[in-house]
Amino acid sequence: MYKLLLCWRYLRTRWIALASVISVTLGVATMIVVNAVMAGFAHEMQTRIHGILSDIVFESHSLSGFQDPNWHMEEIKRSGGNLIDGMTPMVAVPAMLNFQVRGQWVTRQVMFIGIDEATHARVSDFGRYLQHPLNRQQLSFGLREGGYDTVDSQADAPGSTRPALEGAGWPYRRMRVERERLWRERLESQSDTTPAGAGAAESPSQPTRSVNDQVEAVLSATAAPEAAVAPPLDGSTPAATKKDPFRTARPEEGRVMDLAQEQFTGVVPGIGLASFRDNTGVDRFLVLPGDDVKITFPTAGTPPKAVSDTFTVVDFYESKMSEYDSNFVFVPIDQLQRMRGMIDPQTGIPSVNSIQIKVTPGTNLNELRDRLRKAFPAELYLISSWRDKQGPLLMAVDMEMAVLNILLFLIIAVAGFGILAIFFMIVVEKTRDIGILKSLGASSSGIAGIFLGYGLFLGLVGAGAGLALGLAITLNINTIRAAVEWCTGQRVFDPSIYYFFKIPTIVNPLTISWIIAGAVGIAVLASVLPALRAARLHPVEALRHD
Amino acid sequence: MTDTGPGNASGVPPLLSVRQLRKSYRSGSGVLEVLRGVDFDLNHSGFVAVVGQSGSGKSTLLHLMGLLDEPDAGEVHIAGIRVDNLPAVRRDKLRNTDIGMVFQSYHLLPEFNALENVLAPLMVRYSVYEWMRMKKVAHSQARALLERFGLGQRLHHKPRQLSGGEMQRVAIARALISQPRVLLADEPTGNLDEASGTGILDPLCELNRQDGLSIVLVTHDASIARRADRIVRLVAGHVEIL
Repeated sequence: MYKLLLCWRYLRTRWIALASVISVTLGVATMIVVNAVMAGFAHEMQTRIHGILSDIVFESHSLSGFQDPNWHMEEIKRSGGNLIDGMTPMVAVPAMLNFQVRGQWVTRQVMFIGIDEATHARVSDFGRYLQHPLNRQQLSFGLREGGYDTVDSQADAPGSTRPALEGAGWPYRRMRVERERLWRERLESQSDTTPAGAGAAESPSQPTRSVNDQVEAVLSATAAPEAAVAPPLDGSTPAATKKDPFRTARPEEGRVMDLAQEQFTGVVPGIGLASFRDNTGVDRFLVLPGDDVKITFPTAGTPPKAVSDTFTVVDFYESKMSEYDSNFVFVPIDQLQRMRGMIDPQTGIPSVNSIQIKVTPGTNLNELRDRLRKAFPAELYLISSWRDKQGPLLMAVDMEMAVLNILLFLIIAVAGFGILAIFFMIVVEKTRDIGILKSLGASSSGIAGIFLGYGLFLGLVGAGAGLALGLAITLNINTIRAAVEWCTGQRVFDPSIYYFFKIPTIVNPLTISWIIAGAVGIAVLASVLPALRAARLHPVEALRHD
Repeated sequence: MTDTGPGNASGVPPLLSVRQLRKSYRSGSGVLEVLRGVDFDLNHSGFVAVVGQSGSGKSTLLHLMGLLDEPDAGEVHIAGIRVDNLPAVRRDKLRNTDIGMVFQSYHLLPEFNALENVLAPLMVRYSVYEWMRMKKVAHSQARALLERFGLGQRLHHKPRQLSGGEMQRVAIARALISQPRVLLADEPTGNLDEASGTGILDPLCELNRQDGLSIVLVTHDASIARRADRIVRLVAGHVEIL
C-alpha cells in the first residue's frame, strides 16, 4: 500500500521527474502524428493504385494476347463464382506518343491501353479521374462541346488552376483548324519567300496579330453560340495552335476529313503527359482536348511491325499517381484491336491482353487469385492481384514507415536515459526515506516496487499526454498546416508534389496501443536500475545518510 | 550477567537476548572492531538504558537488535528464537510486527503527514486490498495514539510543520502502531531541549509501567539513563553492568 501512496506523493511533488517525461510525451506525440500521416498517405496511394488496377488482373504473357475474351470471362466466372462482381477486357501495348509543341515534335513513351467504354468504369475507378463531368458519369471517346473542368475536381481548394481547359473541346478544335487554314493561305500567297509547305510554316515564327485577329473574326461569325467563348491566349494555346494537321484525310477511307467537324479516334492520355505545373500552381497544357496526336505501336503477330495512326485527344486522365498519369493513354478497345490486327479475319473473334476482374466486397483477393491460378495454366496466363502488381511500391512505403518508427522510437529511448538519470538522483535524494521504510519492515522488493511503480506512473503520464497531444495534432493537422503557412509565408505541404490537397491521416488504434505500450515499457525499463540500487541500499547506511 | 541468563529462574526465556555479538567496520585500511562479544538480555516489560561514550557501539548494538544489520558473529534471540540468521523476508516481517524503533533525528517521511507517518508500518504490512478493508480501524488507532501524545490537532501536518518534540512523538506513535514486543530508542531526546526531552521520556516511562512495553533506550546522558530499571554501559566493545 505504501508503494502506491509514495508513488503518488512523489509524482505530485517531484516536478523535475515530470520534466523528464516531456521527451516521452513529445516522442509519443510525434510517433502518433507520423504514423497517422504515413498511414493516410499509404492508404491514399493504395486507393489510387487500386483505382486503376482493378482487383485482379488476368493477363497473357505475350503482347499478342489470347483469343476470345468472352469465352475466358465465362471460364473465369465459372471458377470464381459469385466472388466476381464484374469483368472487362483490356489490351495494353507499349507505344510512342507524338505531338507538336511550337513546331517541335515531342515524343513520349507510353502504355497504350484499349478499354471497353461500357464496362471499364464499372471495374475500376477509371471514370472518377476524368476531366469532363459527363465523362465521369459515362465515358465517351467522342470530343465534347466544351465544359471541361477548369478546377481540379478532386481538390477541395477552390480556384481555377487550369484556365487553359476552359475553351477545350470542339470550340478549340474549330479555332485551331481555322487558324491553320489561314496560316496556309498566307504562306501560299508568299510563294516568293520560302518553299511552300506546312513544315516550313511551322518554323519558329511568332504568330502575328493579324492572323489571330482573322481567326477571331471568322470564329465569331461562324461558331455556334456556346463555342464563341474565346479560348484563353495564354502560353499554352499559341503553342498548340501552331500544330499542323499532319493529314487531312485518312487514306483508307478515301475521302477528305473536315477537321473542324470531325475527329479521329478519341484517346484519353494521362494528364502528366500533356501538362506541367508552373511555379504559380497553374497547370500549363502542351496538348488540349481537341488536338490531334500521333501514336506509334506494334501490331500483333511475329515479328511485330510498328504502325502509326492519328488520334484526337478527348479528355485527360488524372489519378494523381504520377507513374500512371505520365504513362497511360486510353483508347477504345475495338479500335486498338482493329489497328493491331487482333481480330481474326475469318471468325471475327478478337484477342485481348488482359481481363480486369472486380470482386464482390469482402472477398479474399489471394484466395480468388489462387483459385484462378489453379484453373488456368500458368504458362499461358499471369494472374495477380493489384497488391502483387504494386508489391515493390507498397513494400517501399511499409519499409519507410518501419524505418521512421524505429528512428522515432529511439527518441523515446533517449528519453528513457533521461528518466534513468533523474531516477538515480531521486534515489540518492530519498536514501534516508528508503532507510526509514526498511526500518519499518519494508522489504527490498517493496522498495524496488516504489521506483518501478513510479516509473510506470511517469510513463503513463508521459504517454497519456503524448496521446492527447498527438491526437490533437493529427485531427487538426490541416488547420495547423494552414496556420504555419500563414505565419511563415512558406508552403508547408505543396499539393503539386504530393497530389493530395489535404494531408491525409488515419488513426489506427492498434498502432497507438503499441506506441503507448512501448513508451511505458521504456519508462519502466529506465527505472529498473535505480530501483535495484534503492533495493540494495543498506538500511543502516541509508538511515545515516543526510 | 548475573540475573539475566537465557534460562532464568522462572524458566521463561528473556524477550530479547544477544549472545557474544561481534561487529566490526572497515574504516580506511584498518578494521574497527565496535562490538567484541556483547551479551545482553531484556526481560518482558523491562526498561534498559544503554549508555556509553560516542562511538562505543551503542547504536550498532541497537541496529543489530533491530535486525537492521547483521552481526559478524554471535546471535540475537527474540523470545528464545534465534532471529539474526533468518532469511531477509522473515527479518523484514519481524521488524514490522515485533520491533518498534525511534531515532535521534526522528526519521519521518517528509511526503507523509503525521497521521500517514503513524500509519506507515501498517501500510507496509498490508496489500492495497487488505488496506482498503481495514483502513478505518487503522485510522482510528493511529488517531488515538496521536491524541494520547497530545497531537490531536496536528494530524494532517507534514513533518516540516512540526516541532522537534512533536516529530519525535509522531515517531513514537509510529513505532507503537503495530503493537511491538519491544521498543528500541536511539537517543530519542538527543536533538531536543530538556522540556521537550521530558515530553518524550515521560510517555515512554508511562508506557513501560502501565502497558508493560519493553524498552531499550540508548543514551549518553546519565540523568536520562537513571529513569530506566537497569543501566548497561558499553565500554571498549564489552558490556559493563552498573
